[in-house]
Amino acid sequence: MNGDATFLGMPAFPANAAVAVRDSQLRYNLRKATHTIRGKRAAAVGELPDWAELRRAGKEIKDHTLRNLERYLVRMEEAVTAAGGHVHWAADAAEANRIVADLVKATGETSVVKVKSMATQEIGLNEALELEGITAYETDLAELIVQLGDDRPSHILVPAIHRNRAEIREIFRERMADWGRAAPEDLTDDPRALAEAARLHLRERFLSTRVAISGANFMIADTGTLVVLESEGNGRMCLTLPETLISVVGIEKLLPSWQDLEVFLQLLPRSSTGERMNPYTSTWTGAVEGQEFHLVLLDNGRTNVLADEIGRQALRCIRCSACLNVCPVYERAGGHAYGSVYPGPIGAILTPQLRGTASKLDASLPYASTLCGACFDACPVAIDIPEVLVHLRGKVRHARVERLGMRAAGWVFNRPARLARAQRLGGRLRRFVPGRLPGPLSAWTDTRDIPDIPPESFRDWWDRTDGGVQ
Amino acid sequence: MRVALFITCVNDTLFPGTGRAVVTLLRRLGCDVEFPRAQTCCGQMHVNTGYPEEGRRLARHFVDVFAEYDAVVAPSGSCAAMVREQYPRLARTPAAAGAPAGEGPPPGSFAAEVAETVPKVYELSEFLVDVLGVTDVGAYFPHRVTYHPTCHSLRGLHLEDRPTRLLEQVRGLELVPLPGADECCGFGGTFALKNPAISAAMCADKVHNVTTTGAEVLCAADNSCLMHIGGTLVRQRAGVRIMHLAEILAATESGDDRTVRG
Ligand code: SF4
Repeated sequence: MNGDATFLGMPAFPANAAVAVRDSQLRYNLRKATHTIRGKRAAAVGELPDWAELRRAGKEIKDHTLRNLERYLVRMEEAVTAAGGHVHWAADAAEANRIVADLVKATGETSVVKVKSMATQEIGLNEALELEGITAYETDLAELIVQLGDDRPSHILVPAIHRNRAEIREIFRERMADWGRAAPEDLTDDPRALAEAARLHLRERFLSTRVAISGANFMIADTGTLVVLESEGNGRMCLTLPETLISVVGIEKLLPSWQDLEVFLQLLPRSSTGERMNPYTSTWTGAVEGQEFHLVLLDNGRTNVLADEIGRQALRCIRCSACLNVCPVYERAGGHAYGSVYPGPIGAILTPQLRGTASKLDASLPYASTLCGACFDACPVAIDIPEVLVHLRGKVRHARVERLGMRAAGWVFNRPARLARAQRLGGRLRRFVPGRLPGPLSAWTDTRDIPDIPPESFRDWWDRTDGGVQ
Repeated sequence: MRVALFITCVNDTLFPGTGRAVVTLLRRLGCDVEFPRAQTCCGQMHVNTGYPEEGRRLARHFVDVFAEYDAVVAPSGSCAAMVREQYPRLARTPAAAGAPAGEGPPPGSFAAEVAETVPKVYELSEFLVDVLGVTDVGAYFPHRVTYHPTCHSLRGLHLEDRPTRLLEQVRGLELVPLPGADECCGFGGTFALKNPAISAAMCADKVHNVTTTGAEVLCAADNSCLMHIGGTLVRQRAGVRIMHLAEILAATESGDDRTVRG
């Protein structure tokens, strides 16, 4: 089970979303941010004549690797070990957290710096370390904003997308001193000033911390190499300065060879930040002289996802967040409504598969979509998100009243004569249909009128007029 | 060529005028369309809400009803997309899914019948442009119109500019582009009931974009989306009416589209 305490106990998606849509500041922030990044991505993708082929190659490399995952994982382990690193296997969040906590304790340190990582958020590593007396410091600018604000991330790439500059200034002014170097007294909300305050705050942290924790965007099985793509350079600091580096990586992040990486170094930045190339790409293989390297390979539900023929395509995901940025539901609900570190369309198919659908929230996630297909179009590894959503909807437990309604509709549709009788009944009662419908149907008439029910159905018209001839 | 009309349950029950318009239009183009009385529903609501068993039963029924025709015309992008995208998946047995790629479904199986029937199912504008080869259908409609492409027509069926090419040839019609046209209106079938707040928020933006065009008529090739946007337009007294593509294409100067208006 997932150890992500901060998201547990949230109500179902529709309730969360109903609150979010009323927040005009949030709506404005999200609309502005997603539309900007959407435009940049479209331009960066549009300028490549072979985007469709790249996308197909990305999909096929991932599928091939997932089909032969066992073989490549073993190869990865051998290569990392040969290069002086240590490999650990974690079946679930608890085991991964235990391994990392023990490794940190063995160094005698009580603080770590972190590179932005989805896997460690998924397992709730920061909270688990805190219980062991270890403080984890986030060093990605957006993650720093989230951490200082006692907040939760709401976007994969831009975790603080729900915050604007003025809010960030307030958070820096009020909270930075509690975590280290304080923000300057005269801090403005100029992006450059905010970045400078974060830089000075983080620089002290980098130079004084001896253990770092990261994830990875890719792992290359042939050579045992890990790859991190980033924009700010803070990741490079974490990966190089400390004496001990611990990387927690989901088993689906594997690629067979460097040749395969070439495809993803094109797909990821263009889909994610809308750049041709990201500013920093760090790669490392095992440990260098004087440093220690540990790789924790994380399952945490992934092998179950792999066993599902339709659902497994979600494991191709490279966390670019293109699907979030084009999603009209995400744009209006915001990331927190999804109750998981994976928001948006990918979260709607990944979270219920990793955590199951026992909770009301997780069972509601496959329904957090109109199936409009914008996510599938944007996805650089061609994950058919609508297909997986529909598949997952078929597996969740439905409410009794809905089951009855669907069964009744099915009964009517099974025989044309029943449908005709139901239509005639509707036609006769048409004048008695209220403008506001009762029960669950009131969700329709709260904001919309219902169409006039015609006195005669099409099939009755056809019968009466012999297809309009008479 | 034997052509069948798949009216769809929503049109049959709530928008019979759209069905009459399709019949009028196709007859005018010399195409004698039949209406197989046994048809009911494609199963989209059941499948998309998470009831694949009921959906499979309705898919089975659909194939039984329409297998004998050379072409099946559906005046609904989402129902045509349902048949084309989801029927092959519904028919796929676990054994067939594991079969090596390139091998067709076993002969005589439901999957084989689906593979036979599905390619003969056309959305209306596909049938007009690709099968009949017309873009000027002889229509007259002197009004300012904006067109909403709808998600399943756009990204599922890839109708591209077929509907607007048809509209551009309509005499008297002024077609104005809809800002943010490719964005979903927020209907999504039972999504409108399960996530009403988001659905309404999405529709608010769609309606805003529609009214900024100054159009009198919002046109689409799918009455389900139109029911949702139209219901909001009426509630807001926005003064824009909805019309299915078929209803505009059936309209003529001589008014021989009387059956359409009923
Ligand atoms: S599902 Fe596709 S688009 Fe969404 S984050 Fe993953 S790779 Fe990117």
